[in-house]
Amino acid sequence: MNQICVLSPGFLTTVQDLGRFGWTHFGVSASGAADPLALRAGNLLVGNAENAAALEMTLMGGTFEFESGATIALTGSDFDTGLPMWTSMEMKAGQSLRCGPSRSGARCYLCVRGGIAVPKVMGSASTHVVTGVGGRPLRKGDVLPVGNEAVRRPRGACKDVPSYQAGGVLRVTDGPQADWFAGELYRSEYVISEESNRMGLRLRGLAMPSPAGHMLTEGVPLGAIQVPPDGQPIILFVEHQTTGGYPKPANVISADFWRLGQLRPRDQVRFERVTIEQALELMQQQEQWLRSI
Amino acid sequence: MSAPRICPASDRSLHVWFGDEISMASYRQVARLTRGLERVRGILNLHPAYASVLIDFDPRLRTHEQIEALVHECLDRPHDETETFQRTVEIPVRFGGEFGPDLEDVARHTGIEARHVVELFSSADYLVYFVGFSTCFPYLGGLPPELATPRLSAPRKHVPEGSVGIAGTQAGLYPLASPGGWRLIGRTSLKLFDPEAAPPPLLRMGDRVRFVAVEA
Repeated sequence: MNQICVLSPGFLTTVQDLGRFGWTHFGVSASGAADPLALRAGNLLVGNAENAAALEMTLMGGTFEFESGATIALTGSDFDTGLPMWTSMEMKAGQSLRCGPSRSGARCYLCVRGGIAVPKVMGSASTHVVTGVGGRPLRKGDVLPVGNEAVRRPRGACKDVPSYQAGGVLRVTDGPQADWFAGELYRSEYVISEESNRMGLRLRGLAMPSPAGHMLTEGVPLGAIQVPPDGQPIILFVEHQTTGGYPKPANVISADFWRLGQLRPRDQVRFERVTIEQALELMQQQEQWLRSI
Repeated sequence: MSAPRICPASDRSLHVWFGDEISMASYRQVARLTRGLERVRGILNLHPAYASVLIDFDPRLRTHEQIEALVHECLDRPHDETETFQRTVEIPVRFGGEFGPDLEDVARHTGIEARHVVELFSSADYLVYFVGFSTCFPYLGGLPPELATPRLSAPRKHVPEGSVGIAGTQAGLYPLASPGGWRLIGRTSLKLFDPEAAPPPLLRMGDRVRFVAVEA
């Protein structure tokens, strides 16, 4: 069986697929790739199913040796490998891939034809870093088996790759408590705090007045923006809590989930309100782009 | 039971509320909807809570309108009203001091002496209304109303595993170390969640719970 040896893991590298579904009623959120668009595109490029497991690198990439030849693709942010991105390419037996610090956003994906064949836990290969469900971040000396789950031929380079610029606009729809707020979220820029992780992105900016509503703990979806009493919003991310008690003025749209995965500490963002219909239209455009790969 | 309030929570989820109180009536509705929508195609995740269920779905397969129709269909279906509480779980807890750093705050807020807070807390019968938050966190109803204390104004970055806390009229336990804003009054050494073993966790929706004070 083909294997990948981890010569150095980088800052935080985990095995991710598109997530673990059907367990939120036990408090386990889906986890999965922080930038699902890059993971899906990378898998399509190497001829895998979209949900195949791959490596997600964060801020600083690792070094990996391919025991036998492999077809790979690098997607997401440019981690200074010197190799082309968003295309499939061949690695020779014994060749190593050295990734460096990010030159754009927060995460880069290494997809391998056949997928990373780690055992699935509760139906998914995804690492839930905070809880340890599905494993732990990679360490030096780890050996990862490559599977044989490819479903089609590898593809050439992607066209019209989305721009991986730092920060920018996040589009949102109204959250369940939108009418508790007076649109403060849309009036200023926010900075991504250093305390952000796969659980949540903490924002720093003008504090919002704390609304005086009665709030019972309730379910919270991916991308929910919640405002604790200190008035500094938190965007719930892939390893988010499944329920919470803070009001939610807005929710990031599905088509912008990938942008959340590329935000780094100190990046600036602002929010733009769209309707559910517009959000679904933007999602359809993204699906169309994926189908073009 | 009046009609539930239903509205989108995001472009891929729908929220269903059965009022805004912790009550057995809302618990029964939540449990019915959660069980009724399990394993429905296109529904990815269910988040039951005290008086609401959040439904995450795949927007490529389902619309908000279709999910809403499924909710009504499920709630209108004839159902068995008999309760299904099978188990009572006893939780040993060391109260106060380093195990319950907010016990004195709860005493101050409620005007009840700390040792009476502990007595009152451990004399009540609790029900696991739902499991959520971060990994198998059981939300309990049944807190004596005089112990109600609001959450911290900013969540702690680190709450130790096994911490027992109060948030408003709710009680709960942290199965894993995590951030959190509840008032911590004690800690248990019982293992509530094991990442090596897939859920179900020690405490599940519908379980009865009692807290037993043990020496710190």
